[in-house]
This record gives sequence, structure tokens and C-alpha cells, in this order.
Amino acid sequence: MRLLRAGRWITAIALLGLAGVYVRALVYTPVERMQGLAQKIFYLHVPAAIWAETAMVLVGVASVFYLFLKDPRLDRFAHATAEVGTVFAVLMLTTGPIWGKPIWGTWWTWDARLTLALFLFLLYVGYLLLRSAVADPASRARFAAVLGICGMALVPFVHLSVYLFRTLHPMPIVLKPSEPSLPGSMLATFALSWGVFTLLYLGFVLQRYALSYLNEQLEAAGGSSA
Amino acid sequence: MRLPDSVRHAWAVAAKDLLVEFRSRTGILSAAVFVVLVLMVFNFGRDPTAIPNIVLAPSILWVTFTFSAIIALNRAFQLELENQALDGLLLAPIGRSSIYLGKLVANLVFVAIVEVIGVPLVALFFNVDLWSRIGPLAGIIALATIGFVAVGTLFSAMTVRTRFAELLLPVVLLPFMILPLAWATLATTRVFAGRPLSEIGDWLKMLAGYDIVFVVLALLLFPATVNE
Repeated sequence: MRLLRAGRWITAIALLGLAGVYVRALVYTPVERMQGLAQKIFYLHVPAAIWAETAMVLVGVASVFYLFLKDPRLDRFAHATAEVGTVFAVLMLTTGPIWGKPIWGTWWTWDARLTLALFLFLLYVGYLLLRSAVADPASRARFAAVLGICGMALVPFVHLSVYLFRTLHPMPIVLKPSEPSLPGSMLATFALSWGVFTLLYLGFVLQRYALSYLNEQLEAAGGSSA
Repeated sequence: MRLPDSVRHAWAVAAKDLLVEFRSRTGILSAAVFVVLVLMVFNFGRDPTAIPNIVLAPSILWVTFTFSAIIALNRAFQLELENQALDGLLLAPIGRSSIYLGKLVANLVFVAIVEVIGVPLVALFFNVDLWSRIGPLAGIIALATIGFVAVGTLFSAMTVRTRFAELLLPVVLLPFMILPLAWATLATTRVFAGRPLSEIGDWLKMLAGYDIVFVVLALLLFPATVNE
């Protein structure tokens, strides 16, 4: 299976890159003056958060095309992306509190951004649960596509809400309309980390996609899937 | 003047659902009793000397509406599963979007009845003067209800044909209800506190935007949930 092998290679390279990000973040990037070492988690938290959200949008886009083209590959891709998005959402939700404890003095607050991050995660869980609850593959793909499109439509509302609610969470400092307000060396580390997370996303999705495909072949051949 | 066919068909679907409901009255009665019970649970789950009623009332109101709406939505397509009524409905010479609109209207009426029962009970149990603020409150309730019932009607058409239907609907629907719910609760808090209406403008705009986006989306997506 070429895809599976490609996915494994990309993931392996990305994991090596992740080690590189750690080294660069800890050794070659200056320590933030106010937050100290706790700020280092930014290089994991923000790329994970960006990909967790992007993945939701990709699920939605793949779902729109699936409803028009009825191509099973699109459904497989949506499923794979949703699973990887869930993993990144978990990463975002675990690194956030680890940073929050020393900086805010609490693991969790019911701040708008945290709450919304949590329900992005719940959206993914709902999507995956819905998939697992439908036995017929054709209905499963259609139902999942409907939910995926609604999920994508929800993302802009989440963003608008963040600006409306009073919030404790730092405002975006990299992805914002004006220039990023981050010193050059930190921005470089962040860019490296973002690249590594992109590779991780690709590697995971390729492997998951290939697995879904193999699973379907097995089901079609009369075996039971795991 | 003749109404467009799609509207007449939608009304026929809604009228059928409401007729079934009013003949048996099981659903609406259970939902009404459920509202009373949830309010009672809230009454025991708080310390009245620590938190003033007026602070807690908006949350109680909206949590109660959320749970009752989910119960109402679960039943929307359950009705159609008996004797393969859904197949009959799909075979009828009417557009899929008319079926959706009909179901949406029936659900809205059902949830509205539950809310009409719930609001005075909240006023009574938690000693809030609602009468002077009934206009803005009705606006908030209408805007929020349309939004989450639109999404819920779409989702219940899917979940009803899955395993664990009653459990799955809240799991997929609640993430979509949280936002309108949060906006509505914040707006209600300001209305109860007697703040000027200009303060809730932003929340009402968000609610209206949510309604428009999801009603249109649901109309477009509904065929995908029922076509074989």
C-alpha cells in the first residue's frame, strides 16, 4: 500500500522535526520576559490549535464535495481528517491548561476561547460517534457529510463569539489582520513548528485514509472490520 | 390569493404532525411535566441565600428550554418510524424541502408551547418580574429557538435511524446549541437586570445570523438525510 508507506515516512520525518522544534525552542529561542519558560508551550499549542480548526473546515469542504460527487474517497478523507483533528484538539486542550496553571493560576476557566475549544473537540466526537452509529456505508457517508458541513458553518460563529465575549485568553498574535507582533526568532521557531505540524497532519491523514481503504476492502471481501 | 405549492405542502406536513400530537397529547403533556420537574430540580440545586434569584433565573430558563427542546426533537421523526410512515411521506409528490419546513414548523409550535408553559413558571418559582420585559424576552426566545430547532430538526432526521437514537441526538446537537444558548442567556441576563435594549443588540444580531445560516443550510442539506 503506497499511501500507507508514504504516510509512515512523512510521520517519521515530522516526528524528527518535532524533536528539532523542541531543541530550537528550548536552546535557540529567547525566553519570554513576562511568562518565562511557560511560554515555550506556545510552539506546540498554537500550531495544534490552528490545525484542529483547519481540519474542521477541511471536513466541511470534503463533505460539500462528497454530497455533489458521491466519491467515496472524499468521505474517507473527511473521516481521516476528523480523526486527526480530534487528536490535535486533544493536544490543544491538554497543552492549554498546562500553560494556564502557571500563568493564570488555574487549569481551566470558563473563558470563551477555552469553552469554544472544548466544543470544537465535542463536535469532532459527535461526528465520529455519528459515523460509528450508522451501519450502512452509504447513509453513514451522507449523514457524516451533513454534520461535517454544519460543523464548518459553526466555525465562523465561534470566531465572532471570541471577539464578543470578554476573554482571558491572549488575543491572536500571529494570525491577525495586522503584522504578527512576535520577535523574529520566536516567529521563526513558530513557523518551523507550524511546518512540522502540517507534516504531522499529512502523515496521520494519509495513514488513516489508507487504513479506511483497507478496512473497506476487507468488509467488501466479507471479513469483519476492526 | 393562492400560496405557493411548497408552502401549502409544508403546512400539510406540519398540520399532520400537530394533529397527531393534539389527538394524543402524550408528548406535550410529558414535556410540560418535564419542564416543571426540571425547574423543581433547580430549586433544590441552589442555595437561595447565596445567589439571588434574578442572577440565576436566565440560566435556569435556558437550561430548561434546552432539555425540553431535545425531548421534543427526539420525537419529531420517531413518529414517522412506525409503520414506515417516513417512506409514505417521501413517496408523496411534494418537495423534500417542504417536508423539512413542515417538520420545522411542527417542532417550533411544539417547543413554543413548552416555552409558553415554562416562562410563567420561572417567573412564579423564582420571583422574577417578567411582565414588564415580556417583549424583549419573547424576541430573544423566538430568535434562539428558531436557530436550534432548525439544526435539531435536521439532525433528528439522521439520528432517528441510528443506533442509540435518543442518546446520539443530544451528543451531536448540543455543541450546536451551546452558542445560541450562550448568546440568549447573556441577553436574557441583561433584560432581567433592566439594562437598556441597546446592550443586547450584538447578541440579537448573532442569533439572527445563526438562524439565517442554519435554516438555509438545513433546507439544502435535508434531502441528503432522507434520499436513499
